[in-house]
Amino acid sequence: MIGTEIKTKELTISMGPQHPATHGVLRVVLDLEGESVVKCTPYVGYLHRGVEKLAENRTYLSALPLTDRLDYISSLSNNIGYCVAIERLFGIEPPDRAKYIRTIMAEMTRISSHIIGVSTHALDIGAMTLFLYSFRDRERLIDLFEMTCGARLTVSYPRIGGVRNDVSQEFLDKLYDFTEEFPKIIEEQYETLIDQNRIWLQRTKGIGVISAEEAINWGLTGPTLRGSGVPYDVRKYAPYDAYPFVEFEVPIGKNGDVYDRYKCRMEELKQSNWIIKQCIEKIPKGPVMTPDAPKFTLPPKDRVLSDMESLIHQFVLITKGPIAAVEGEIYAATEVPKGELGFYFVSDGSGRPHRMRLRAPSFVHVSVLPRLCEGALLPDVIANIGTIDIVLGECDR
Amino acid sequence: MEPNAIAEIIKDRYPTEIKEIKEFRGQTSIAIKKDRIKEIMKYLHDTPELYFDYLQDLCGVDYIGKKEMRFEVVYHLYSIRHRHMIRIKAEVSEDDCSIDSIADIWAGADWHERECYDMFGIIFKGHPDLRRILMPEDWEGYPLRKDYPLKADLGEMEWKGYKETIQTIEKNKGYEVRQKT
Repeated sequence: MIGTEIKTKELTISMGPQHPATHGVLRVVLDLEGESVVKCTPYVGYLHRGVEKLAENRTYLSALPLTDRLDYISSLSNNIGYCVAIERLFGIEPPDRAKYIRTIMAEMTRISSHIIGVSTHALDIGAMTLFLYSFRDRERLIDLFEMTCGARLTVSYPRIGGVRNDVSQEFLDKLYDFTEEFPKIIEEQYETLIDQNRIWLQRTKGIGVISAEEAINWGLTGPTLRGSGVPYDVRKYAPYDAYPFVEFEVPIGKNGDVYDRYKCRMEELKQSNWIIKQCIEKIPKGPVMTPDAPKFTLPPKDRVLSDMESLIHQFVLITKGPIAAVEGEIYAATEVPKGELGFYFVSDGSGRPHRMRLRAPSFVHVSVLPRLCEGALLPDVIANIGTIDIVLGECDR
Repeated sequence: MEPNAIAEIIKDRYPTEIKEIKEFRGQTSIAIKKDRIKEIMKYLHDTPELYFDYLQDLCGVDYIGKKEMRFEVVYHLYSIRHRHMIRIKAEVSEDDCSIDSIADIWAGADWHERECYDMFGIIFKGHPDLRRILMPEDWEGYPLRKDYPLKADLGEMEWKGYKETIQTIEKNKGYEVRQKT
């Protein structure tokens, strides 16, 4: 009736931890006024396993599988981050072939992570079909992982000083075929599905805007930062592995909204594809484990059975950890699909790290959620959770 | 700018605050006293030729029995404009287990400081919302301290939430779904 006052009141709802759009076990408490969000408080820690504490009580070699379980969608990138940090700490240089293999693998992981990130994001806000296509293509990459590592998701493939085993020519050929077809798939099947989808555009353009200065101040990294127009990429700013030897561009956005971040991820797919292609063309022959650091890397099995010294090295490495560990500390960052994964190691000269600190990008990204959501509408919360591309296994550690 | 040059600038500006400058594998770390940490951080953030706009990481380290001061809060700063980094380490003793918060200089420090409090029990003075973050809110003890056991049979000292879960499981044992008649 006209003239009757409508009674309003603030409503507090708890979204998660079992909400399908929170990408894991994130709980967000929202204070609502009608449909607009007044206050947003994220709660994390449901997946806390104490990875840092566990790693302090294990040798450098045996803590590697723990890093698989951080960002379980791109486990190989985490392994590489861990190995790169320890190599810098102890001054080990992996051989060139191992560097190229790692770069190929890291970019494969980036592709598979980004297509999951984008497609689940689209699924959340009303464009389901992309999800079906992207899982088909991810399956091809995972089959390739299985071919080399034996595992599909938790691979533990890199080692300190190289990688566990060499890749076969068949793997490289199949991957090359994939890189030939993939740009076409992106253009014909992914982008046409979303880029002209009116629902998608209305729900992403101008939503969750964050300026460049503010994004840096919050510590955002990866595509989430680059969507705001900051070209910060660890692969360019502090190169590791084979990234100095390949050409690629760092795509950046302009407006810093959900749509620009999505665009960055799509462009990165093409760049990753290009990097893989270059690496396959350039990959040199040679060993995949460095022979110069016998006190840090496990000797090959045939040497253990025939050579006394190798046997001793293997025994001590397994039971006590690296033999010639030095005192020191290092912070080494790598660019994983979600952003900057940093490892800070404090070594006291024993076989176990005195402190292993993990700077997880998802943890920082969840912390920015109140900034993005407050003042926005309730449906935009879903869009914002999707756009920061979080994995809670990494956030909670 | 080279990390050593940055260390020199800070040393010239705050000669009494610096305790030690160390270099290892191309990374320079500066150990400082904690009292004027906020002022120093503000200086590093605002000075145009340094311009550390990005806080890479903030964490605690426990040096029990190894150093005079038990804890260290470690800041990794990076300048995206100038592409240089520096590590600042502020020493915190066990008796006065607190340090000034820098959450109003870098917004990203907020959750890092909460985590550091959660894991080490270091109190960040002036923090807007210092609560536990990864552990349950009623958890006792600080897990990443070196004297915190990795695994122990706590018995009665066990966390309340865990005991409740065990009791619920015990209570529901032998429970069968009643068939509809």
